[in-house]
Amino acid sequence: MVNQVETVTRTPRRRSGLRKYRRFGGSLLSVLTTLFLLVLLTFVIGRLMPVDPVIAVVGPDADRATYLKVKQELGLDLPVLQQFWIFFKNLLHGDFGTTLLTGRPVMEDIARVLPATVELATVTIILGAGIGIPLGVYAAVNRGRFADHAVRLIALLGHSTPIFWIGMVGLMLFYAKLGWVGGSGRIDLFYEDIVPNVTGFLLVDALLAWDMDVFWSAVSHIILPASVLAYASIAYISRITRSFMLEQLSQEYVITARAKGVPRNGVIWHHAFKNIRVQLVTVVALSYGGMLEGAVLIETVFGWPGFGQYLTNALVIGDMNVVVACTLIIGCVFIALNVISDLLYKFFDPRIQ
Amino acid sequence: MNSDSKGLTAWLTTQEPTSATHAAFQNVWHVWCRFASNPLGIAGLAIILVLVFVAIFVPWLAPYSPFEQNLRETLLAPNAQHLFGTDELGRDILSRILWGSRITLSIVLIVSVIVAPIGLIVGCLAGYFGGWLDTILMRVTELFLSFPSLILALAFVAALGPSLNNAIIAIALTQWPPIARLARAESLSLRGRDHISAVRLMGASSLRIVLGHIAPLCIPSVIVRITLNMAGIILTAAGLGFLGLGAQPPSPEWGAMVSTGRRFMLDSWWVGTMPGLSILVVSLAFNLVGDALRDALDPRQE
Repeated sequence: MVNQVETVTRTPRRRSGLRKYRRFGGSLLSVLTTLFLLVLLTFVIGRLMPVDPVIAVVGPDADRATYLKVKQELGLDLPVLQQFWIFFKNLLHGDFGTTLLTGRPVMEDIARVLPATVELATVTIILGAGIGIPLGVYAAVNRGRFADHAVRLIALLGHSTPIFWIGMVGLMLFYAKLGWVGGSGRIDLFYEDIVPNVTGFLLVDALLAWDMDVFWSAVSHIILPASVLAYASIAYISRITRSFMLEQLSQEYVITARAKGVPRNGVIWHHAFKNIRVQLVTVVALSYGGMLEGAVLIETVFGWPGFGQYLTNALVIGDMNVVVACTLIIGCVFIALNVISDLLYKFFDPRIQ
Repeated sequence: MNSDSKGLTAWLTTQEPTSATHAAFQNVWHVWCRFASNPLGIAGLAIILVLVFVAIFVPWLAPYSPFEQNLRETLLAPNAQHLFGTDELGRDILSRILWGSRITLSIVLIVSVIVAPIGLIVGCLAGYFGGWLDTILMRVTELFLSFPSLILALAFVAALGPSLNNAIIAIALTQWPPIARLARAESLSLRGRDHISAVRLMGASSLRIVLGHIAPLCIPSVIVRITLNMAGIILTAAGLGFLGLGAQPPSPEWGAMVSTGRRFMLDSWWVGTMPGLSILVVSLAFNLVGDALRDALDPRQE
């Protein structure tokens, strides 16, 4: 009974295999073009630099011979096109160059800091979707009433709050004044390096080692930054859920279901909500990527040793290799999430052929 | 006076507009009536008007200079002399916030003025000509859209060097793509219309059609879109300031002030709280207006 609507709208699968491959090839080509343009853009950003990278290495007092020698070593005397080709070739080998300060490969650094950010973003998205979706459905069902306006105000506030500021105020209140949560970093200093680093995700590592003290310490540290980040995504997800839901609730099948005596909650969750699940998966996937933006600010406020803080530190000292690598990775994550959500859409929704 | 305004209302609501301009005024009036029926939108508009007023008259409104240091009165809690307290150099925080309204408003205005024509022209050209020009322009647009705006702005500022001007350039670079996409969609639907075909038959050049007949029709929706983006512009600018990549000290930019306040957070909460609160209020106001404007223009939704 529940699946009736979907079966009716499903079109018969009659497609030639060739067309399928051609469409796949077309979208693959467009993704590849975007990726190439992304590399080009980050290369241009890296070369925009008003500070001469040679002087950054040799210092302003170096004589002409040293200057030219270093310039040659850095490959900056080559024609721009050739520089781009070398940059591109190195990228294909996963080589982003080395950092200005420590001389370590940028790729290694990023692999080290990324798990902290992924952990934060994952906890955030669970909170964000877990609260935002029910709120949006609730607002749509009570459209025009007080609850709807309240959710709208919550969402607008979430869109308007400077995330770094609310993080700071939260830290002041819940850590300094009330002592309910942990302060800076991922874990109390006391518990650091107790559990073996298996996955890079502290919560998972602590559970694997079954060390509950470490686990709760990590929870008390992650809960505040994750809630602050989640607030922004709750705002976004609840608004979108509401408009998706309104669209479904105005359909005739909802009236039919109500008329034949399906209870209200049954109509909402089993009929209407079922039809927006796929769209919601896309929205959640995209806001997962949007979290990287918030992470840059939030990690600075909370001293969270992740990707965002790594990028911010590089920005302050003008380490362009790191900035370029981070920008490129964020762009790739975004493109990947777009592709994945497209695929999910096609996979879950038989109406889209 | 009363009969005058009655005559104006009658002119605005009459069933038979006498000219195109008359009809346009009526249209604006209808949107305004729907907008005015939304109390939240009116509240937002009021806050923005106050902000504009403050930004214009701040030399007469601010009780103290935003830069003058008074090392005997550092980190004073809010009191009768200093309503929002003082910062680590004894500067009055209220005065600094009031002066900062000029920076915030000018960022929003300059970015909008840069972004609107770029987005409009790119979008209209892509939409009208189609073909390879469309493909190229939209690929570039999508590329810029594939970053969160703060990240791209960060990368540009890092490359250009931290300053307020570079922050404005960087934000502008991240804000034109949504506008271009919108203008493209509009011109795609416009290019097949009869009046465009008529102009083409009369021998107008393609450029003339795009600039003289298509672009002007896209302007209203572009303006609405920019209004909706203004809160985002404010937050991005504040974020750049907070990371030390926007306006540099001693400039009273709100994001930079929050960043200063972070250092004194535990003992002197007001240093960082007050400027953050002003960012919140102003961007909320822009969001309220944008939200109400969207509802007023698209009555189908509600």
